[in-house]
Order: sequence, then C-alpha cells, then structure tokens
Amino acid sequence: MLDALTVAVSVAALALAAWCGFAAYRDQPTKDWHFIGMAVVTFLVLAQLIVGIVQLARGEQAEEGTVIFVSYLLGALCAVPIAGFMSLAERSRWGSATVAAGAVVLAVLEVRLFDIWTVG
Amino acid sequence: MAETRERAAADGGRTRLVKGPGMLLVWLYGVMSVGAVSRSVYQVSTEFDRAPLAYALSAVAAVVYVFITYTLVRGGEAARRAALVCCAAELAGVLIVGTWTLVEPSAFPDATVWSDFGYGYVFIPVLLPLTGIWWLRRSRAATA
Repeated sequence: MLDALTVAVSVAALALAAWCGFAAYRDQPTKDWHFIGMAVVTFLVLAQLIVGIVQLARGEQAEEGTVIFVSYLLGALCAVPIAGFMSLAERSRWGSATVAAGAVVLAVLEVRLFDIWTVG
Repeated sequence: MAETRERAAADGGRTRLVKGPGMLLVWLYGVMSVGAVSRSVYQVSTEFDRAPLAYALSAVAAVVYVFITYTLVRGGEAARRAALVCCAAELAGVLIVGTWTLVEPSAFPDATVWSDFGYGYVFIPVLLPLTGIWWLRRSRAATA
C-alpha cells in the first residue's frame, strides 16, 4: 500500500514537474489548472503521510528509523504547497520554474522514502 | 512573500533579490537549508561520535545555507554583498571538502552534504553557488 502510493506520488510529481517546466519554457506563469495539479499531488502525499503513520501505529518498522521516516513524510508534504505559494508571489515563468523544481524535489524525497521504508 | 514585498517597498530603494530567477534560487537555497539543517541536527544529536568531522562540516554547510537564504529574502545592497561573500565561501567549501573526501576518504566514515562535490545531492551544492554569484552580480548591474 505504502510502496504503491510512493510510486504514484513519484509519477505524479514528475508529471507536475514536466507540466510546470513546459509552462516556464513557454514563458507562462502558473494558472488555475496548475494549482489543481498541485492540489492532486499534495492530496496523494497527504494520503501517503496518513498511511505511513497508520502502518507505524500498527507496529511496522521503517528500515532507517521512525524519526527520519516521519521527517521525510512531512518534508514531502510541504514541498509542493510552498513552491505553489511562491509561484503566486512571482507571476512569471520563474514562478512556474519554482513549482517544477519543487516537484522534482518531491520526486527525490519519494525515492529516499522508498529506501527509508524498505528493508534492504 | 507578500509581506516581504511590502517591507521592501516601504524601504524604498532596497534592492529586491527575490524576483524572477531569484525566486527559483531562494527556493533551492531554502530546500538545501531545510535539508542540511535537519540532517545535521539529527546526526549531531544521535551519532556525532561516529564521524565528528563529517557532521561538523555538514553543520557549517547548514549555517551557510540558512544565512544565504535569509539575505536573499531580506534584499538590499548590504545583504547582496553578504550573500555574494557567502556564495564564494560556499563554493570554496564545496571544492575543498569535495577534493578532501576524494583524496582522503578515511577521514570521513560518513558522507557530508559537500562530499564528492555534492554528488549525493545531484551536484546542486556545486551548481547553486555559481548560479547565486551570477544572479547577485546581475542584480547589481540592474540597479547601478
């Protein structure tokens, strides 16, 4: 369940990065549709956070420790919304580029989360 | 962000550094700050004895990132100069620590943020100061 969500968030984050990167390439600021996309990605990360905490509560262990696992989950939750607010303050292509960078950061965090959770 | 803008506007002449590419830069520095601070707080508090040198260097990197983020958000000529000095120090740090980790790996039982020129962070640590220096120099050219 958690691994499936991690993969889903990674794919969604990369799609968001490509989409906002394309907007930046075309010299456009973020628009309503982009914010809906960010909301979808953030919703997935929120689901991941809840599932992760439920699994911990059930007694399952994260390979690299609970503190690191929860910190990464919270960091992943913040990445895209903060970049989104910054793009509201910067109504140019650079706002879009910031959201794209935020989505890439999220994808990297997901890869780390996978390592942190999985025994291996 | 809106608050920053109003404050900058109230100060009149203070150069805004968070605009255009500066917004992207401040985001990346913010991410590196959060990453480096949380990493070094965790490592120094739980396992400092394992690799004191590496974790101390990570903590130094964290302080540099936080300071640069702050100066970028604050804006103004003095902050711009301070950020420029710190970017140069950061670049020097990445190059020195990067070379050091390659020449003498035995001194580092665990990685620092700046190990192998920031390999573990997609080379962002070495690219960021270069971009920062470019942006800060350009900001002066724009206001002069």
